[in-house]
Amino acid sequence: MSNLEMITLNINRQEMQVSVEPGQTLAEVLRENLNLTGTKIGCNEDECGICTVLVDGEPILSCNYPAVRAEGKSVLTIEGLAESTGNGHGPKLHPLQEAFVRYGAVQCGFCIPGQILTAYALLLRNPDPTIDEIRHDLKDTLCRCAGYPTIERAIRAAAFAMRTGQPIPDPEIAISGEPLTVIGNLQVRPDAVAKVTGDAKFTDDLKFGEMLHAAVKRAGIPHGFVRSLNVEKAQALPGVRAVLTAEDIPGQLTHGLVIHDWPSLIGVDQRVRYVGDAVAIVAADNHKTALEALDLIEVTYDVLDPITGPVQARQPDAPQLHEKGNLLKHIKVRKGDLEAGFEAADIILEHTYHTATTDHAFLEPECTIARPTPEGRMEIYVGSQIPYADRYQVALALGWEEKRVRVVGQLMGGGFGGKEDIAGQIHAALLANATGQPVKLLYDRHESLLAHPKRHATQIKLKIGASKDGRLTAVETELYGDTGAYASLGEKVMTRATTHSSGPYESPNVRADCYAMYTNNPPSGAFRGFGVTQSAFAVESIMDTLAEKLGMDPVEIRRINALKVGSVTNTGQVLTESVGLLECLDRTAAKVRELCPGRDPFKPVPMEGAPHVMKAWGLAVAYKNTGLGGGAPDKAGAEVELFEDGFLEVRTSSAELGQGLVTVLQMIVAEEFQVPAERVNVLVMDTDLTPDGGPTTASRQTYVTGNAARLAAQSLREAATATLAERYNLPPDQISFVEGLAQVGDQQVTLGEAAKAMKDEGKKPVTMYEYWAPETKPLGEGGDMHFAFSFAVQAAEVAVDTRTGEIHILRMVAATDVGRALNPLGLLGQIEGGVMMAIGNALTEEFIIEGGQVFTDRLARYRIPSIKYTPEIIPIVIEDPTAEGPYGAKGIGEVISIPTTPAITNAIYNAVGVRVDRLPIDQEKLYFAMKEAAIEKA
Amino acid sequence: MKICNRFIYPKSVSDALDAMGQAPGSVKVLAGGTDLLLDLQQGRHDPVDTLVDITGIDEMCRLEVREERLFIGAAVPHRTITTSPLIHQHAPALAEASGLIGGPQVRNVATLGGNVAHALPAADGTIALMVLDARAEIATLDERRSDPLASLFLGPGQSTLDPRRELLVGFEIPLRQPGQGSAFARVMRPQGVAIAILNCSVWLQRQDGIIADVRVSLGPSGPTPRRLTSVEDYLRGRPLREDHIQQAHCLLLDEANFRTSRHRATQAYRQDMAGVLITDTLKTAWERAVHYE
Repeated sequence: MSNLEMITLNINRQEMQVSVEPGQTLAEVLRENLNLTGTKIGCNEDECGICTVLVDGEPILSCNYPAVRAEGKSVLTIEGLAESTGNGHGPKLHPLQEAFVRYGAVQCGFCIPGQILTAYALLLRNPDPTIDEIRHDLKDTLCRCAGYPTIERAIRAAAFAMRTGQPIPDPEIAISGEPLTVIGNLQVRPDAVAKVTGDAKFTDDLKFGEMLHAAVKRAGIPHGFVRSLNVEKAQALPGVRAVLTAEDIPGQLTHGLVIHDWPSLIGVDQRVRYVGDAVAIVAADNHKTALEALDLIEVTYDVLDPITGPVQARQPDAPQLHEKGNLLKHIKVRKGDLEAGFEAADIILEHTYHTATTDHAFLEPECTIARPTPEGRMEIYVGSQIPYADRYQVALALGWEEKRVRVVGQLMGGGFGGKEDIAGQIHAALLANATGQPVKLLYDRHESLLAHPKRHATQIKLKIGASKDGRLTAVETELYGDTGAYASLGEKVMTRATTHSSGPYESPNVRADCYAMYTNNPPSGAFRGFGVTQSAFAVESIMDTLAEKLGMDPVEIRRINALKVGSVTNTGQVLTESVGLLECLDRTAAKVRELCPGRDPFKPVPMEGAPHVMKAWGLAVAYKNTGLGGGAPDKAGAEVELFEDGFLEVRTSSAELGQGLVTVLQMIVAEEFQVPAERVNVLVMDTDLTPDGGPTTASRQTYVTGNAARLAAQSLREAATATLAERYNLPPDQISFVEGLAQVGDQQVTLGEAAKAMKDEGKKPVTMYEYWAPETKPLGEGGDMHFAFSFAVQAAEVAVDTRTGEIHILRMVAATDVGRALNPLGLLGQIEGGVMMAIGNALTEEFIIEGGQVFTDRLARYRIPSIKYTPEIIPIVIEDPTAEGPYGAKGIGEVISIPTTPAITNAIYNAVGVRVDRLPIDQEKLYFAMKEAAIEKA
Repeated sequence: MKICNRFIYPKSVSDALDAMGQAPGSVKVLAGGTDLLLDLQQGRHDPVDTLVDITGIDEMCRLEVREERLFIGAAVPHRTITTSPLIHQHAPALAEASGLIGGPQVRNVATLGGNVAHALPAADGTIALMVLDARAEIATLDERRSDPLASLFLGPGQSTLDPRRELLVGFEIPLRQPGQGSAFARVMRPQGVAIAILNCSVWLQRQDGIIADVRVSLGPSGPTPRRLTSVEDYLRGRPLREDHIQQAHCLLLDEANFRTSRHRATQAYRQDMAGVLITDTLKTAWERAVHYE
């Protein structure tokens, strides 16, 4: 039945006729009918705000706004904000767009159209908004890169420019302490302009002819066996082009990043291990038909009781979910003599802590388009953190040679570890292979929350011994990690949790045991912090308890035990350089004391004018490895090419998920050739065109791929030098690269001419470098388990309402030892975003699973921090370089979000005397604990 | 995604009522749609054949003084309410409640009528209207009538409105008189479902240092939105003092039916938070009453 209605819309000052279905939303009309894909869909449930467009100047959520309502009104989308210059030089950016670019408010960019339009509506009404007014109006426009402070500054800067007619003021961001020509200075992302104009294409924005739409039939039960599966009715539905089950998989049936234990489809008489397990996949002419077909697929199950937690999974009578049992891995750390350590202790403390399952909630839900080519290959368009791993796993499923598959990585609307595993890549490829047509598989938010791996819920039992002077004598930890239905990166994540479980402290005696257990919960895998987020919460909590018991200051207890050059870690690694922990600690402590003149910041004070609200600071420290470590070969390839137009290009498959790797690579190559960064193009994530950069995980890419790019650029520079030396008959040492040119003796030669000279000589002006990071040792063998560590110290000032248990984080001091700040603009985004994300970990985020069923299956139930949660964030950048890192840099993506949570919970203890030992912080429990304490006191 | 087979966008109340009466299959009135459209898309609401979108009906978008009463059209969005000087003057509790619903984008679309007609026991707008003595104007093809707000509610999510014959056109509240004040407050939690753990609204008449008259509503305190008359009866005629507020809290605990809701709040927490909210709203309303003398 066709009920199309023709309506006239005024969009971006142009009248347009469109035919709409009954109730069709404005977002669908914009994206599907008019191809205005700058309007993004993050949740389709009125929660994330990124689909915001303006209707008659007011922001509305286009994903849930019937298009017919917009008739007779004027609609403004992101595409309509920049003014056309009409001179062929592209549009003139609106001041808001320009400010977002220059202030570094653009990271992954997926939410940016919504941010800018919401801000634009505010500025139409209020040309000089305060920070509070900005927060009020942007409250429901979420950013998961969470550059909220930068967004605020950009809006204020744009407002100033619009009010006064003056240029946008420069952002006030400190550059590196030792800047080079490009490195260490502020550099805008190469993709920033496209992201503020709506031109940036993400996977769901791509369109191919004859493209089919896919949907996945999921088990919906956490545990059981498939007993029958009938897809005939679904196949018979008009518009359905393929319905596939496990029997239709031509190649390997399972996938996985480490262990191939994850069935791509669960077949008859096979075990269902979580609610998101796929039993059938459908491709149809449109998405609606694909969804209708799902309802026609008949599946019967023998339903079994689920294993709902890791402790239960380790019980001897628990059903065994995998062939080798429920134990994914028992991870052990052993150092010294634990018993002797406890005997030597004057004080012994013991406590158990719990952390929650959490979701990455990247604002771009997973999307894959698989496209068969006439040459018999398969192209996979996807935003993926590990393109080569996608290629490998897709090829295995198809039963093909790897090289027949090409992964063409797309812009990613955030990843944070959640786009490392296979999502829809294999399913889309199977359907495209079966139909011979391109197939798009787009998850909605609900499916995204159900299906992809989470952060491990972890139970951590800690026992520490210390002498009276505060020195640790023994640390014992026992961890239970819930790795859910499949391994994903569970073993690696829980290894990191375990090796970091005694904190960045030197204890002579350590024993840690971790049980990474399979359960019937959704799988857990990588998530920014990679296990250390969990164990840091435990150890940093107990360190504060220790300080209190010994009557010591929280800074002092950490100073005494902190890792420093010469320390031996709990895995037996001797630290020889680049240990900036003490400097971070001292600078943070000094800053906090400066902010609280005349009082102890770690003691409670009532809020001015609100005596029932208690304030205090709390502090925590963290460290995190850079790179894979543990004996894993850690390498990355990069290719650098010089073109005859004088431009350079750097190519690697390493992933850009918003974190800013492309800017760093651009800067590195620019530095090596002494050209402006804008002269360097960056191509990433294409398995045909870019060498393997390895996984974008473990805070490794700046270091590993950064080094590959640096060394590739250096070797290309040397090759160019050799050519020029020969051509101009000069010794190579008289050739240098300065200010965008080659200085050859006293002549200046353009880089384009240098490229041409190389070609004339029969040399391709391109070099590929495969960089191998320093070798590491597996856990248990001693020696260097990691080649570098980053350090972070944070202090949080919280206000606790003693009448309700409500918590506000007022200020955060965040000191980070980054080795070297390559791009301080991107670094600031990582610092502020990392802190904000961790505030979510502390306060708002809990992925609730009950009996294997997901309660938090919508963004309306899984809450991530809005701009309202933004404290004043005071960054302190410490540059303690690591010799092998590019210009001294270490990885910083994760370490920033690790100490935040315990800093907050320690502050809560300092404010109201209640120790939070379970995340997220529950205001109701906090309230009753305070009430109980007050009664006891009285 | 298709959400209905027919989408009607009438320009008048009678057109809307015609469409509702003549719809061949199931029919539902659509206001802002910030709940209903999501419920339809996510399968929490049975599929609907015809949606009648009433947000284009001029009469239902009016906000104006009509003689001694303030009329607020059912299709007035919350943003209009929060920014309206008339609402701030006559119904500060409603301005506060509407200002806390959703975020700015949702408030540009979500309507007061939708908030009320959804019939949830703790809808912020409803709770404020309860203490403002609001009456609902209901249209059928034959007549217009004015019913007390409370008569609209049958149970959680169930209104007494006949979906084929009756349209909630708007609300009328008495204009504010000297010595009167109202207030609204709520307690949220940062995790989980984004609806208030508890909300509370108070209206009072202050005269000669005592509470001459008072209306109190708290949600959720039962299956439908309700006034707490034992608390009102106790407070009426008394000055606003800490001991009286405490007693009001005690009486409130007897009268209100607080429950534990999963992942939102326990009964015990709600009981204690009711004390915080009644204290704050009484004090604010009391202050506002004196400022309006």
